[in-house]
Amino acid sequence: MWSGTPLFPEAASTMATRVDALYFFLLGLGVFFSVLIAGLIVYYAVKFHRKTPRAIGAQLRGNLVVELVWTVVPLLITIVIFVWGAELFYAMSRPPGDSLDIYVVAKQWMWKFQHLDGQREINELHVPTGRDVRLIATSEDVIHDWFVPAFRVKSDVLPGRYVNIWFRATKPGQYHLFCAEYCGTKHSGMVGQVVVMEPHDYQNWLSGGETGRTLASAGERLFVDLACNTCHRLDAQGRGPLLNGLIGKTVRLQSGQSIIADEAYIRESILNPSAKITAGYQPIMPTFQGLVTEEQLLQLIEYVKSLPTGDGASAATKP
Amino acid sequence: MTTSHLPAHHYLNDGYGIRSWLLTRDHKRIALLYLAGVTFFFFIGGAFAVLMRLELATPAGDLVSDETYNKLFTMHGVIMVFFFLIPAIPAVLGNFLIPIMVGARDLAFPKVNLASWYIYMLGGLFTLYALFSGGVDTGWTFYTPFSTVSSTTNVIPTALGIFITGFSSILTGLNFIVTIHRMRAPGLTWSRLPLFLWSMYATSLINVLGTPVLAITLLLIAAERAFHFGFFDPALGGDPVLFQHLFWFYSHPAVYVMVLPAMGVVSELVAAGCRKPVFGYTFVAIASLSIAILGFLVWGHHMFVAGESVYAALIFSILSYLVAIPSAIKVFNWTATMYRGAVSWETPMLYAYGFIGLFTIGGLTGLFLAAVGLNVHVTDTYFIIAHFHYIMVGGTIMAYLGGLHFWWPKISGRLYNEWLARLSAGIIFAGFNLTFFPQFVLGYLGMPRRYHAYPPEFQVLNVLSSAGASILGIGYLIPIAYLMWSLRYGRAASANPWGAVGLEWSTTSPPPTENFAETPTVTWKPYDYEHAVSAPEGHVA
Repeated sequence: MWSGTPLFPEAASTMATRVDALYFFLLGLGVFFSVLIAGLIVYYAVKFHRKTPRAIGAQLRGNLVVELVWTVVPLLITIVIFVWGAELFYAMSRPPGDSLDIYVVAKQWMWKFQHLDGQREINELHVPTGRDVRLIATSEDVIHDWFVPAFRVKSDVLPGRYVNIWFRATKPGQYHLFCAEYCGTKHSGMVGQVVVMEPHDYQNWLSGGETGRTLASAGERLFVDLACNTCHRLDAQGRGPLLNGLIGKTVRLQSGQSIIADEAYIRESILNPSAKITAGYQPIMPTFQGLVTEEQLLQLIEYVKSLPTGDGASAATKP
Repeated sequence: MTTSHLPAHHYLNDGYGIRSWLLTRDHKRIALLYLAGVTFFFFIGGAFAVLMRLELATPAGDLVSDETYNKLFTMHGVIMVFFFLIPAIPAVLGNFLIPIMVGARDLAFPKVNLASWYIYMLGGLFTLYALFSGGVDTGWTFYTPFSTVSSTTNVIPTALGIFITGFSSILTGLNFIVTIHRMRAPGLTWSRLPLFLWSMYATSLINVLGTPVLAITLLLIAAERAFHFGFFDPALGGDPVLFQHLFWFYSHPAVYVMVLPAMGVVSELVAAGCRKPVFGYTFVAIASLSIAILGFLVWGHHMFVAGESVYAALIFSILSYLVAIPSAIKVFNWTATMYRGAVSWETPMLYAYGFIGLFTIGGLTGLFLAAVGLNVHVTDTYFIIAHFHYIMVGGTIMAYLGGLHFWWPKISGRLYNEWLARLSAGIIFAGFNLTFFPQFVLGYLGMPRRYHAYPPEFQVLNVLSSAGASILGIGYLIPIAYLMWSLRYGRAASANPWGAVGLEWSTTSPPPTENFAETPTVTWKPYDYEHAVSAPEGHVA
């Protein structure tokens, strides 16, 4: 009956074994206290079972020392668990610097992936072992959730935002990908698989199949088609700010505030250009809301990221 | 023991006919009106659960369509949370017992109390109408922007039904708070209050402070859905996560609305079952208030993977551990109360044992969920389903049934069949564990919640769970039969069949409409078995 029925999930990422360690610690703790309480209840129920109908119990009303012990001991134990869980979460939340980036667009009811080299996949994602992979994910409609149990990684994927999710796969194989945030009728059909491959197999996979244009070059073509290049000129003489080296840079705004440019900032500047005007520029850019899809937005972002950091970069913030 | 007779005058024979019930201002009759209401909703919500478990017996989504399945779990959640778990213990047992336990004739505002019941029923029927005229598929959590933009089902009518019922919680909460403050009998100081009253007081505070936030949130959903105000939909400039903050700001404290009353019941059951004062009375009472207060500060632990900041997550994590401590203190104190007690094995005590054991498991798995890094893996899976059912079903429903059996002789004036009662308590305990324990394993394996179909390797555990659910269902049906039977054929109960202390046991079973012939004066500490005036009698011959 139990053949083919796993009782514990596969561990296929660097994070999985760390999560499991905390899980086993808590499991041990949980078993200890459950057995302690259940054991005491059964033992007392038998030992102190009412012998005569009119019997009453010993009139003990409490004991301060005992109360303090069972207040302070659980408190100390929970502080240990908190620190352990917090440290783990902190590591999960910080995407590593040098990562393989993949863009994810979720929609009712599928997962769409775009690799930088131009490969596109639906409900299936190929990644190599031994390399930090960062997903930059957004949703076209409602909230979805990226969940790969074998990686112990889960994150909501929200409309209107970019969420960073990262993992480093350790074991080749095929693993379930689930949507874990209820998203409507076919929620349980919004599943797929992550195919983890040895690095050289992954290289073969990348070079095989249809070789379309890279994500950045697709973005470049859009940049021209949408006439972005008429204002955002590469010679820094345009009516719009220079985009070279924009990501990660501090941008001074008309309002006097400064922000650090990230993917979400570029997205907002395309869809709602007047929200954050770069200091020294006029709010003349039209909105592209409804004109570009989430996937095209990601292509444009990747194009902007791919621009060389030229000399004229400082001109972007020049008044 | 001589055969007891019902007293000549009591609240059940003080007037007959439908008007004497529907227009009553007697808190005891209103409690019975609520009993009928919550029982009705419990079996409706339970029927939805049975259909879900039947569907999940096979991996393919074959018994009902995905659309129907989504409506089933939504209706199960909405009905069980808002129309059973939240009102069950306060509105039935609280309504019946609070005035008697404080030695008063009725609640502070008897007409408001009756109005609360009508509001509850109106909200309930409104929601039922919404559910049966097409249903709703958002889950009981109504997450945006799905609920405001994407769902094509009856979101607004359902939300309005819950909105209406919220007023019943608020009014009942006010009524209880005022009664406990202003209507205590002479000598009944705060330090002499039964622990049930402390927990009802804490619960009422949450209801009065938290429910308005839920009401506002539901109105915002209706406004965005109907008029496209951009509160939550990013396409309209809103923030979908804002909804989750507002929703859980009420709905996490609401968890304590469901479990604090259960803790109060268990304190009474354990004291009477051991004929001993509850160990650490002051600590148990303070723990109730601490839970009510800290419960308002932990809502963000439902959102660790939802896009809140890392530092917010860490703060909500540590606060969640703080709120776990008072619960642990209570479990230790109940267990310690049994030490050197005169421990009973009668039905109410069996439910108390069940509660403590299952609540302990529910609480300990809460420690898993509050650890942020581990929460990431198990949240939104069956692990969380199992965890909160250990608290809500293993905890609250066990305590509710234990309380119902404990006070049934007082409520009805009759004794039920003890052996059938013990048997069904055992069936419920076994069925419960078989239903929900496999779900912990499923959850860690990664099976997401709210899935209509699932990968085949999860089937065996799901079949176990479905088998357990059918046993659990039978376990819940047996008490209906023997409790109804006892109303007509049960032996008459004496005033104090358990040999318990407490003002409710000093009046007749059932009590007269005015509760006491004359206002009692309290001169004893709580659970004062040493100086108990009434001699204990055995219940089971």
